Amino acid sequence: MTAKGSVIRVAGPVVEAKGLQDSVMHEMVEVGNDGLIGEIIRLEGEFATIQVYQPTTGLKLNEPVLGTGSPLSVELAPGLIGNVFDGIQRPLESIRQITGPFIKQARGVTALNREKKWTFNPTAKVGAHLIGGDILGTVQETDLVEHRVMVPIGLQGKLTKIASKGDYTIVETIATLEVDGKNADVQMLQKWPVRTPRPNTKRLFATVPLITGQRVIDTFFPIAKGGSAAIPGPFGAGKTVTQQQLAKWSDANIVIYVGCGERGNEMVDVLDSFPKLLDPTTGHPLMERTILVANTSNMPVSAREASIYTGIALAEYYRDMGYAVALMADSTSRWAEALREVSGRLEEMPAEEGFPSYLPSRLAEFYERTGVVETLGQDDRTGSICAIGAVSPPGGDFSEPVTQHTKRFTRVFWALDAELADARHYPSINWMTSYSGYIADLAGWWHNNVDEKWNGYREEAMRILQAEEELRNIVKLVGPEALPDKQRLILETARVLRIAFLQQNALDPIDTYCSPQKQFKMLKIIVDFHHLADGVVSKGAPIFKVTELPVMEDIMRMKSGIPNDQLDKLEELEKKMHANIELLEASLR
Amino acid sequence: MAGIGLEYKGVSSISGPIIMVENVKGVGYDELVSVKTQTGEIRLGKVIQVSQKAVTVQVFEGTTGLSPTATRTRFLGHSLEVPVSTEMLGRVMNSYGEPIDGHPRFFTDEKRDVNGYPLNPTAREYPKDFIQTGVSAIDGLASLVRGQKLPVFSGPGLSHNELAAQIVRQAQIRNANEPFNVVFIAMGLGHDDADFFRKSFEETGAIKNVAMFLNLADDPPVERILTPRAGLTLAEYLAYEEDSHVLVVMTDMTNYCEALREVSAAMEEVPSRKGYPGYMYSDLASIYERAGRVVGKKGSITQMPILTMPNDDITHPIPDLTGYITEGQIVLSRNLEKQGIYPPIYITTSLSRLMKDGIGKGSTREDHANVASQLYSAYAQYNSVKSLVTIIGEEGLGTRDKEYLRFGERFEKTLINQGKMENRTIEQTLDIAWDALSDLPEEELTSIKPEYIQKYLPKTDTEVK
Repeated sequence: MTAKGSVIRVAGPVVEAKGLQDSVMHEMVEVGNDGLIGEIIRLEGEFATIQVYQPTTGLKLNEPVLGTGSPLSVELAPGLIGNVFDGIQRPLESIRQITGPFIKQARGVTALNREKKWTFNPTAKVGAHLIGGDILGTVQETDLVEHRVMVPIGLQGKLTKIASKGDYTIVETIATLEVDGKNADVQMLQKWPVRTPRPNTKRLFATVPLITGQRVIDTFFPIAKGGSAAIPGPFGAGKTVTQQQLAKWSDANIVIYVGCGERGNEMVDVLDSFPKLLDPTTGHPLMERTILVANTSNMPVSAREASIYTGIALAEYYRDMGYAVALMADSTSRWAEALREVSGRLEEMPAEEGFPSYLPSRLAEFYERTGVVETLGQDDRTGSICAIGAVSPPGGDFSEPVTQHTKRFTRVFWALDAELADARHYPSINWMTSYSGYIADLAGWWHNNVDEKWNGYREEAMRILQAEEELRNIVKLVGPEALPDKQRLILETARVLRIAFLQQNALDPIDTYCSPQKQFKMLKIIVDFHHLADGVVSKGAPIFKVTELPVMEDIMRMKSGIPNDQLDKLEELEKKMHANIELLEASLR
Repeated sequence: MAGIGLEYKGVSSISGPIIMVENVKGVGYDELVSVKTQTGEIRLGKVIQVSQKAVTVQVFEGTTGLSPTATRTRFLGHSLEVPVSTEMLGRVMNSYGEPIDGHPRFFTDEKRDVNGYPLNPTAREYPKDFIQTGVSAIDGLASLVRGQKLPVFSGPGLSHNELAAQIVRQAQIRNANEPFNVVFIAMGLGHDDADFFRKSFEETGAIKNVAMFLNLADDPPVERILTPRAGLTLAEYLAYEEDSHVLVVMTDMTNYCEALREVSAAMEEVPSRKGYPGYMYSDLASIYERAGRVVGKKGSITQMPILTMPNDDITHPIPDLTGYITEGQIVLSRNLEKQGIYPPIYITTSLSRLMKDGIGKGSTREDHANVASQLYSAYAQYNSVKSLVTIIGEEGLGTRDKEYLRFGERFEKTLINQGKMENRTIEQTLDIAWDALSDLPEEELTSIKPEYIQKYLPKTDTEVK
């Protein structure tokens, strides 16, 4: 029994209706003669306040409002990967085929194609007792992703029938479970309310890094699979480029890119480039592991609010299959502004800068849906979600509420810096103000998989950068020439670290992705160089002799000159560096 | 449909540009309203809220002279539409697309909703065709491409008007003979400034390709909210139905935002930063995001909004929110202007996000990207040397620093600086850049491939001998 009411007030995306006493909070409703999609966000007696996800132009009083009986949900089934959805999972490609280049109301379009057939490969055995989360069978969704069809959460019983290997649409029954003496049919298509986290068996510690191939991130401020990070920065600092680099190169199984209130042309950039870019480990197009949720800045603001939840609900679904999922949200500030706009129309009491007082709890709810978990189901699957949220602070001022609250709920903070960006130092992640809370948890992985001296070297490099920061204040007053050679060497090494290591060119075919092994070797060469040079400078070698060493140019060019699969060249470089220093030392005697 | 044609007499309240009408039936949200004053003057407005109690209407021309009892309102059953036609080229219109240049009305029945519809991201085509503006600092260092939105961040009294007029005169797609039009949108512009633009277009003959939408400083601010939308509606018609490449110049976005704040305050909305409404980002996006290219359509819309930063503050909400939406920005500097440099473009904070795909072999020249990145880093070096000079004096500098000083001065005087009527090709721009770079020792040019240095770097006198 669904509720039926009528419109009594329209104010932009906020609509009030009466006669909805039978509906429930957060129920999805169809508003008006055009059936606009909305969600109930307040109920008082028979009066409901509805947030409408589509333009309300032309909506009149007394038009009907129909309850759908279910909360705002996402459709889950093969066909998600490679697709582009808006904030409430409407398929933008299909809408374009109906309404042309401009988005208009297209009634009856479903998120996923009901006609397309997928090859289902059953793996569960008839007679087995199955619970929610157990795998019934698999579908090769793309070359990169094996879609694992699971028993819907909440269902359990004996498997009495399972479809044989063959082609099925997502609405055909592929399995039947006997639940309390009754038969329950299961289809590939399942639904899940976006605002409810999908349950798991238990949470685990995050100990494996998300390798992004970006040196400043992986080496200095790493993020774990299952971790959460914030990228705040003023406009032009490179938030989007950084997000896109992570979407391209991180070693997650599934990437969900939520373009939340951002530029249309940026989404096209992703749509254009991802099918052409190949995954460095598998060689398949990146689009084959990517889902795009695109609610650009000119699309309805309330759907922008929903887009974050749509994204994370999809992420949880793939996590439950046992995958490592990375979710990029660009930008959470636009999401918070959508929250503010709707809150304003509801005439709620504002807290800081007009944002509603529940902004921090909403942010917390979102970031708490990340993590490494043991998934539901009887096999011991683990999956993870890592969320990386861009923050666009007004005027680049990090003291504003969205940045401050995001900081409370994320463990990694990559502060983008306008000054670095103006000097064209990219990625413009400021190494003095950024931090990662995962270093201790991830050191084990680096020590086992790359080198046991990893943390030693990274701490040493940080010390050099720190020392440079202090020296720079003096240099500003007296010029570099006035410093003793030992301190000038620190400036020199720090310059090498900044240019040869921290700066990374996203447009250079080699430098755009740097493997962990290469990162470590590069860092080792620079830090070892510093110690050796320090030795010869102590013995009286003038600083200009050190900077003139021929190996310096090789070090400066190693990031783009030596491909990831030719690390022996870095070893040669290391030998050359030692030989250069020895020669210099010999010349002193 | 019940309300159409019915005229309601009397309004229940008037506050700023907002009026409330009670006991109205069948009115839709966003619907157009005609408001008749007691003297018989007709004004337009739109429905911004409908409720059982009353309909809230925003009156575009303001509420001066309206009386609660004698005002008559009529609800027109559709949202605001403006005429669109190629006849509008060479003409001057108001915010409703009606001619105000004294010439006849347009013979067109084509009308379009001013708000348009959001462009489907999957229908967009990625912009990558270089537009040559003939202005070196833009072409060389913050290149404009077709379908981009690239604003000019200026300050009161800086030469943004001259720059805009120059771009309108000179902008062209290289090696292409495709229809090219300009939609010029003036918001809250003074009469002098408006005349400057009109004269400048007339003198050069550009006027026949320009449609001018004028909302002057003494026009009602509420109308200003319509002006860019009316202009962009025509731009969309020209681009996607008449296959034209349209450059939309909008000035001054600061006046637009002020109008937005005024209306928001009259509606007693909860303000966000500096009193501007919380939805200003979305509102600006609904204007700026109308730039672009569409798959399967020949035309395109390129936007160049101009705004004056209050107090030259780039973190002020207007430039700040704009910068978050647009694909880069061109920043004018008071400091350069004082040194007599025109256009006073400060390249360090200027940026074109779409430049990377619009330049290089085939569109501009192979060395373009390398040269631009070298200029950026050398100019940054020049600026840090300059600040060192203020402390330790020029004598205290090393030779390398002195070379940077010489480079920077030459770069500002020859590359950034150019005549108001001077139209440079991209090749000329790059050659001037190489001349400036020749002040630096060759080993400093680390951003440039050695083969380009070989090919383009001017040989010094000693080498020639």
